[in-house]
Amino acid sequence: MTVAKAFGASVRRKEDPTLLRGAGRYVDDIHLPGMLEAAFVRSPHPHARINGIDVSAARAAPGVHAVLTYADLPDGMREPLEMLQPNPSIQQPFMPHILAKDEVLYTGETVAVVVADSRYRAEDAAALVVVDYEPLPAVADCLKAIEPDAPLTHADGTSNIAARMTLQAGDSDAAFLGAADIYKRRLSLHRGGAFFMECRGVVADWNEVLQTLTVHVATQAPHRLQRALLGLLGFRDNQVRVVAPDIGGGFGPKGPVYSEYIAVCAAAMQLGRPVKWIEDRRENFVATNQERDQSWDMEIAVDAQARILGVRGRLVHDAGAYIPWGVVLPWISAATVPGPYVVPSYKIDIVVALTNKIATTPVRGAGRPQGVLVMERLMDLVARERGLDPAEVRLRNMIRPEQMPYKVGITFRDGRPVTYDSGDYPACQRRALEIAGYGDFPERQAQARRNGRYLGLGISNAVEATGLGPYEGATVRVLTNGKIAVYLGASTQGQSHKTTLAQIAADHFGVDIADVEVTTGDTGMISQGMGTFGARIAVTGGNSVHMAAGEVAGKIKALAAQMLDLPESDLVLRGGRVEVAGLSSEASAKGNISGLGKSLREIAVKSIGQTGFAMPAGSTPGLESTAYFMPEQSAYSNGTHVAEVEVDVETGQVELRRYVVVHDCGRVINPMVVEGQIVGGVAHAIGNALFEQLVYSDDGQPLTTNFGEYMLPLADDVPHIEVHHHETPTPLNPLGVKGAGEGGTIAGIAAVIGAVENALLPFGVRIDEAPITPQRIVALIKAAGGPAARAGYGG
Amino acid sequence: MPDMRRISVRVNGKDYDREVETRLTLVDFLRHELRLTGTHVGCEHGVCGACTVLVDGISVRSCLMLAVQANGKSLETVEGLAPDARSLNPLQTAFWENHGLQCGFCTPGVLMTLTEHLRAHPDSTEAEIRDVLSGNICRCTGYEGIVAAALQAARLMRGEAAQPRGHA
Repeated sequence: MTVAKAFGASVRRKEDPTLLRGAGRYVDDIHLPGMLEAAFVRSPHPHARINGIDVSAARAAPGVHAVLTYADLPDGMREPLEMLQPNPSIQQPFMPHILAKDEVLYTGETVAVVVADSRYRAEDAAALVVVDYEPLPAVADCLKAIEPDAPLTHADGTSNIAARMTLQAGDSDAAFLGAADIYKRRLSLHRGGAFFMECRGVVADWNEVLQTLTVHVATQAPHRLQRALLGLLGFRDNQVRVVAPDIGGGFGPKGPVYSEYIAVCAAAMQLGRPVKWIEDRRENFVATNQERDQSWDMEIAVDAQARILGVRGRLVHDAGAYIPWGVVLPWISAATVPGPYVVPSYKIDIVVALTNKIATTPVRGAGRPQGVLVMERLMDLVARERGLDPAEVRLRNMIRPEQMPYKVGITFRDGRPVTYDSGDYPACQRRALEIAGYGDFPERQAQARRNGRYLGLGISNAVEATGLGPYEGATVRVLTNGKIAVYLGASTQGQSHKTTLAQIAADHFGVDIADVEVTTGDTGMISQGMGTFGARIAVTGGNSVHMAAGEVAGKIKALAAQMLDLPESDLVLRGGRVEVAGLSSEASAKGNISGLGKSLREIAVKSIGQTGFAMPAGSTPGLESTAYFMPEQSAYSNGTHVAEVEVDVETGQVELRRYVVVHDCGRVINPMVVEGQIVGGVAHAIGNALFEQLVYSDDGQPLTTNFGEYMLPLADDVPHIEVHHHETPTPLNPLGVKGAGEGGTIAGIAAVIGAVENALLPFGVRIDEAPITPQRIVALIKAAGGPAARAGYGG
Repeated sequence: MPDMRRISVRVNGKDYDREVETRLTLVDFLRHELRLTGTHVGCEHGVCGACTVLVDGISVRSCLMLAVQANGKSLETVEGLAPDARSLNPLQTAFWENHGLQCGFCTPGVLMTLTEHLRAHPDSTEAEIRDVLSGNICRCTGYEGIVAAALQAARLMRGEAAQPRGHA
């Protein structure tokens, strides 16, 4: 079966009509009979000891059904949550309790949960819970945290270093000794958040009769939460069903197993009534995992031709108070640095620091935007110091398509060598620069400067590991009404899986995507699942659908051949029927060809079998198949971003004038969907580059806790993003697809930051941080001599 | 005892009489009392625009308005946009054709903001559309499809031919 027709077309999304009518079903839209609502009591301190909790007034408040603290949790739930990915480099594997035991480690940590007959009453009562806190010294900045005299983030910690490790390739010491030049940069990136528009939420429903727990939850990874609950409750597998309804964005932080979910399940089981908790936005600012605080001290060694000899340095990663993802983020960051360039030697010492802030786990890009920013800033530094064209420096160092598959020389976190499978990096850069009008940019820039205006252009190249293993399986089934059902374990948060997976399946059966119904994120429908993250579903889930659908199509033909008494080679699946494709001699001999064929409905009924009759020879019951595509390694997407900005040097305001993307994610299932993913990712990058920063006081008190203080990009901040596809199919999976969900963000931050620095060249300003806000731009210009310094460049 | 008041509202042409707590927000009233869950709660502090509804034709952040303040008023929500259960209105159709939504959570508020705006200004430019949309936050789309959809709907409302998926 070859893929054609629906695959590759910009078909309209199956998801949309329901959502456009306001008829979607998000977790807060679920209302069960007898349902109660929960509110959490959270720590107001970044670090404190809990000397006692008095819940008597809260328990006596009107409409309150339960108040749970650590002491009220069942036995199995008093241990810290399990770390997702342990690693030998982790010396202090701190993980949170479901409700704080005797110490709180960040402002917003869960201390108690109140369950009442409405959220209003639950919040009333939560305010009556009296917690005796003894504040302890706290530390917010990851560099300060690793100083010898820093206060301990955890009272029982030995230091604020959770883990140390080194990632290396080649002999960097020798490379630096033999270098023509060595250039250094210190870069810092700050925290942002996912800020999905729908906050987190859960409805737990305990069935006393069946002894089963059904959890409706806005999660990216239903099976992960199911496994956690099975472990905590000591249940057999069919006692916990986790179902993800429509989800209002995920971007990473809806993936983890959060304390609140477990606490709500505990309350529902204790009360024997459904319990709902919906995170409000204020909670979202202090209790949903964040990402991107990192500090890098880097140096690059180049030869006389500006070719890279080595890159080395130190990365300090801010883990926050706990490390649920182990060392995954800094590892990804460090492994992303080489990107599309030949880096013969490489050494990064990684320090994972504990601070009294919310834990960091992946946010769209998952460590990669930082790695790309580091390398692209180094490229610009080399160009600037050598007086070379930044595009030329990049091109000179680029991996050529004929070098594919290319071994980078470093080890990924799965222990395997990082090996790029395919891609044409120089072609992507050439095309992006051509579209962006790079050739005449110096002239435009000079002209603008003569008029006192400051234009800048930034280039960013990124290579992205996508389609992470081990698998995401899919079941494909032809129903007895003739429709096709596809079940995927991972849930969906806007990525259009219900459309793109239907496109993949539809071609196998020769049906319209309207006849394919995709169900995602339900542990009751498929036994194993991983979840949606790491730009992985098209690769893992897509190929599983492809394999399972191919298998089912084969079964259909075999069974139809028996029913019609014709060879399979004569049959074709078309329009929901098996029909005679061409007339073989055998078929002709039978005569009466017109109307010959069987509907999928008839074949599906036949495939079930009849009591007392043997199954047709060689067949198995039902037209269904479950496949788990298991990639051996990641498929590497890549892209070039070119941003053109104008900076107002008086106010520091940055205007994006133009933004061009040439992106390669292999074969494209639905161009409209891929463009949507990239554009959305770029908007996120623009936020990270210019606006978004979660600010904390020195001792860890969050100072940005609403959308007035934390600025997300708005419709008049984001320009039209020009997206162009460069298709290099990966040889690593049958569909030739690579991931597309994160590339926009990964490359985007560096493009915008590079453009701002380029605009400010006349002032000698260097941008070594993200975000770069108007206040900082004005301060940097002032520190470099002020707007007057531009005088020498005016004419 | 909670302070209760009786209110009468018309929502999407249908009349409702309810006794509500005075502190109940309009969005919670719509969602929890009337079970019209199409209107979403995104921030509860009036910035994100997900809860936008029309009150007597004027857009309102229903998280910042109390249900009792809507007494005697006529409301429009996302559920009232489509002409019937089988079809979408031109603005909704334009969103479908221009990939104007991904997760769909901010969409109802965006649709109501644009409904109000395009009724009065079907001749809007892209810059005006972007300005109006700056009161609705979308984290998924980068606004590209939303802007394209709004411009297409505006063209349709002016009686011009549609040009789906084109950037203006």
